[in-house]
Amino acid sequence: MDDNQPGQADPVTGLPGPGSGRIAGDRTAGGAWMPPGSFASSGRGPKLFTGGGRRATAVSTISTLLVLAALAAIFLLAPGSKQVRHTFFDPQDMWQSFIGNPRKGYYSVGAAIWLNIRMFLAAEILILILALLLALVRQSASPALFPLRVLAMIYVDFFRGVPLLLVIYAVGFGLPALRLTFVSTQPLAVYGVVALVLSYSAYVSEVYRAGLNSVHQSQVSAARSLGLSQLTALCYVILPQAVRNIVPPLLNDFISLQKDTALVGVLGAIEANQAAQIYASTTFNYSSFTVAAILFLILTIPLARFTDRLIARDRRRRLAGATR
Amino acid sequence: MSDSAQFPAARQGPAGQVIAIEGLHKSFGPDEVLKGINLTVAAHEVICLIGASGSGKSTLLRCTNLLEPIDAGRISLFGQEITGGGIDQNVVRRHVGIVFQSFNLFPHMTVLRNVTLAPIKALGTPKAEAEAEARALLGRFGLAEKESDYPDRLSGGQQQRVAIVRALAMHPQIMLLDEVTSALDPELVAEVLEVISELARGGMTMLIATHEMGFARDIASRVCFLEDGILVEDAPPAELFSSPRDERTKRFLRRIIAAGRL
Repeated sequence: MDDNQPGQADPVTGLPGPGSGRIAGDRTAGGAWMPPGSFASSGRGPKLFTGGGRRATAVSTISTLLVLAALAAIFLLAPGSKQVRHTFFDPQDMWQSFIGNPRKGYYSVGAAIWLNIRMFLAAEILILILALLLALVRQSASPALFPLRVLAMIYVDFFRGVPLLLVIYAVGFGLPALRLTFVSTQPLAVYGVVALVLSYSAYVSEVYRAGLNSVHQSQVSAARSLGLSQLTALCYVILPQAVRNIVPPLLNDFISLQKDTALVGVLGAIEANQAAQIYASTTFNYSSFTVAAILFLILTIPLARFTDRLIARDRRRRLAGATR
Repeated sequence: MSDSAQFPAARQGPAGQVIAIEGLHKSFGPDEVLKGINLTVAAHEVICLIGASGSGKSTLLRCTNLLEPIDAGRISLFGQEITGGGIDQNVVRRHVGIVFQSFNLFPHMTVLRNVTLAPIKALGTPKAEAEAEARALLGRFGLAEKESDYPDRLSGGQQQRVAIVRALAMHPQIMLLDEVTSALDPELVAEVLEVISELARGGMTMLIATHEMGFARDIASRVCFLEDGILVEDAPPAELFSSPRDERTKRFLRRIIAAGRL
């Protein structure tokens, strides 16, 4: 687990790594003095449960392998193992569902994931905008905006409280049933995106609000005292600090959003999960779901790593001043 | 929205008064913090506000920068009322610089960007010009090396000097300094006071809330003693510190002397 041997440079920051198991504030093995309570040398915030060094690395590697071997043994020796492996992990079925075969009546899961990606990207941009507006309205102090504040509060309470699936049903079946021009004649995926935006913007607006609250009022005073307008102060002083503080929870919500695009399948839109469902009901083999799961993992894991890198980069940039 | 159109007197001679405060009242809820303050500041004057914590010094400065709305009275800048309606607060604030006790630098920006943000965004100064000027100012106050650093890498004294430079970059007609050395470690106070002294020598008009009595005595053209929101005494420093007239001033100075701060 602990790949940072004492005295070794941190791979991310290029700075001396923390001496394992030693107290910060000490002279670290790399020679650079870090003040007590400073976690800057690790570049990733405080490291918990440290200690041991090379021996601990060996112990953790062995224990991890043992646990994995035990789990694999249970899986392989279970009475129904063969059946499960055939139903969920059949290579032939996985490949067939991945490429699809219209003549046999099922779609390509690999192609259907593009719809998830498109829905995700469209929803993400709209959510970021709508949620910011909601948060700004709720944070406003102007008496003139009181009615809007109440509406925003009701909106957030409502869409945070109603299950996303119900919102998708309501939008996806309700709007077309109205038989309006334009509003009722959109592709299913569009209704899906609308439902995702309605639901997620309520959550994300609360994340924004926490971020706005994390910026001290004195920053507003400082910006306004220089003659900056409210909007300029918001855009250049308040929001950048607020967003910096909420990048991890924000991206966490977006990882969740990526997966929830699968729920739009209930409307009949051919996204990855729905394509897998169709394959399963055509061939009575669930390997297609495994394919869909792998594809979702391929989407979400890079976003998670990207989040980590963004945080590390921000830290590193602030550290740059120390070495100059 | 030309500045000179709003404040025509800004370009008049040094004899003019910069700030005039008349009958200023300010309450926070049931607390009346300022109870009818009258004070004028002429060009090139350095006025030190002294008084115990909570006497209203900071509030007076914040009101003058329009950061706090006032309840009664009026504040004029170059003879034009700025506390009435129809005034663009942002234009007023470009003329009235303020520096805070806790620096309040923008932590996500480099020193250079801290200094150039307002000139670029509020005055519309071209970026290259704003940066050249910021570098000159930073150099003048011994901060030339620090322009690419982020504020959390600077000492308190350096941060406060950057905050002063940031306010100066707007070419204010008056600087309000709100206990700018109170948050500093004792050994860092001198470097900031030196900057203020240099500004005073350069003829900057200043209104300074301070607990540094020795500094006030050396630098001020007038010293104003505030107690409980009332401007008790307003006199040249030699007079106020050596022969205060009001009983409340005497009592305050006795306490200060007993504490060894004068």
